[in-house]
Amino acid sequence: MSFKRQILRIPLHLIVLCFTAVWLVPTLGLLVTSFRSPENIFGSGWWTIFADLFNVDQYTFENYMQVIYKQGLGRSFCNSLIISVPATLISTFMGAMVAFGFAWMKFAGRKILFLLVIGLMVVPLQMTFIPILPIFRWLGLSGTFPGIWLAHTGYGLPLTTYLLYAFISRVPRELLESASIDGASPIKIFYGIVIPISVPALASVFIFQFLWVWNDFLVALIYLGATPKVVPVTLTLANLVTNRGQNWELLTAAAFVSMALPLVVFLSLQRHFVRGIIAGAIKG
Amino acid sequence: MLHTKRWIPWLFVGPALILILFFLTYPTLMTIVRSFYGKGTQIFASTIDYVGLANWEFVFTSPAMLAALRNNALWTVFFTFCTVTFGLLLAVLLDRVRYEKVVKSIIFIPAAISMVGASVIWKFVYAYRPINLSQIGVINGLMVAFGREPVGWLIERPWINNLALIVVGIWIWTGFCMVIFSAAYKSIPRDLIEAARTDGANEWHIFWGIILPLMTTTIAVVATTMIVQVLKIFDIVFVMTNGAYDTEVIANRMYKEMFNFFNYGRASAIAVVLLLLITPIMIFNIRRFTRQEAR
Repeated sequence: MSFKRQILRIPLHLIVLCFTAVWLVPTLGLLVTSFRSPENIFGSGWWTIFADLFNVDQYTFENYMQVIYKQGLGRSFCNSLIISVPATLISTFMGAMVAFGFAWMKFAGRKILFLLVIGLMVVPLQMTFIPILPIFRWLGLSGTFPGIWLAHTGYGLPLTTYLLYAFISRVPRELLESASIDGASPIKIFYGIVIPISVPALASVFIFQFLWVWNDFLVALIYLGATPKVVPVTLTLANLVTNRGQNWELLTAAAFVSMALPLVVFLSLQRHFVRGIIAGAIKG
Repeated sequence: MLHTKRWIPWLFVGPALILILFFLTYPTLMTIVRSFYGKGTQIFASTIDYVGLANWEFVFTSPAMLAALRNNALWTVFFTFCTVTFGLLLAVLLDRVRYEKVVKSIIFIPAAISMVGASVIWKFVYAYRPINLSQIGVINGLMVAFGREPVGWLIERPWINNLALIVVGIWIWTGFCMVIFSAAYKSIPRDLIEAARTDGANEWHIFWGIILPLMTTTIAVVATTMIVQVLKIFDIVFVMTNGAYDTEVIANRMYKEMFNFFNYGRASAIAVVLLLLITPIMIFNIRRFTRQEAR
């Protein structure tokens, strides 16, 4: 590339650099602060550590010990896992079942029911809390894991169905029809052909939905909020903000604990996550 | 289509449809009905009164709700415009640099973390202390370094604090827009762009004349997705200000009516407002889907 073109490209690099800085600095500040003692945090801005970056004495794990053991974040982390994994498994699997039904079977009301599912995808969850909460209380489901699994499954199904429909409806027709002619039952076709062939799509939807449930705050707040021992990390973190709003050593460490798993999942499985998003947004 | 016995399809779609009906359809209808009934936490008991349009009067005339409606409008305009513009800009610009992948990951990371986590991150960015103490928030640190007074970013009403909250939303969602735009952009045939270049069109003309027209559908889809997200905005406001200093939004007010004031009537009416605002987008999505299926 000619020298002149390189010069012309400088503004391009500068714009990209600015964006990168704005997107990186806030998280970096959080990470740095979570390893500093309260005296240091309030004594000087976190950016001052770069003057003396390799002085390891200024770093501490104390904040993490505090939030994990004393502020109940360890417990909440486990709760988040207990909530997210089953809720995501159920809604992904059921989504595949419904998508298969809609894509490959004829039944009365098929079209209208599917449009209903598409429409419900964007219904604000706020519309649902008021009638369901009393029923949940009456059934003893509020403040329990099965209750929140059910809620996340119900709320997540329109999206998982929609995402998986895009994939499952494109499975080659000959593949399914020849199996059907050979006498395979729909259940056999579903488990023997559709599920194995859809593994990449299922993985994308699983990751997408998992991060959604892990990061959820509102649904947990409504159905678990009154029962501290079952709440997920997002709720414990928000409670810390309310009760210990100026204790930045606790807030930063707690925020980082709540983000750790999504970050690992995201960085290691980014491609699947992105594929899920794109399938949902562009194709459908 | 597979040929099956009549009841087989219901085996596949039945259980899920029951869940969807219970968690989405039934409550939506009940909430609409409940919005015409009074205070209290019952859903349907003889103890609550039919109040006609009283809750709706509250929704459209009370100062609290008017502030929330105004702020939601502010959110919708700034948030949607910035996420879509930045996402598009980044998708096009990053295609031209060699370190595209790294920067994309960095911009996209906020999409993977919770909004509560992001709110804590930004609450710290905006942290404010009086001028005689050392600043701990990075923005006020910069302000002081440049000889200015520190600003209470989450307190200065109504513009600065609302925009400060909107920035958090933009920070979270821009990566999402960028990823989708980037995929759409990369599917534009390169020959088309190269041919325009050899014909002497500059990058600016190529963007407005070729890239943008080819991406209109994607832009519409992304913009509607952003609008759906922003109308329901809750976590950021709840965690960062809880609506204090004129930063109230519709969803946060609904939560307050439900859990702080135990007024299910008003809370229902507020929820219905959200539904009404989202209905055009629902119709748009259904139309888009039926058109795609027809193809």
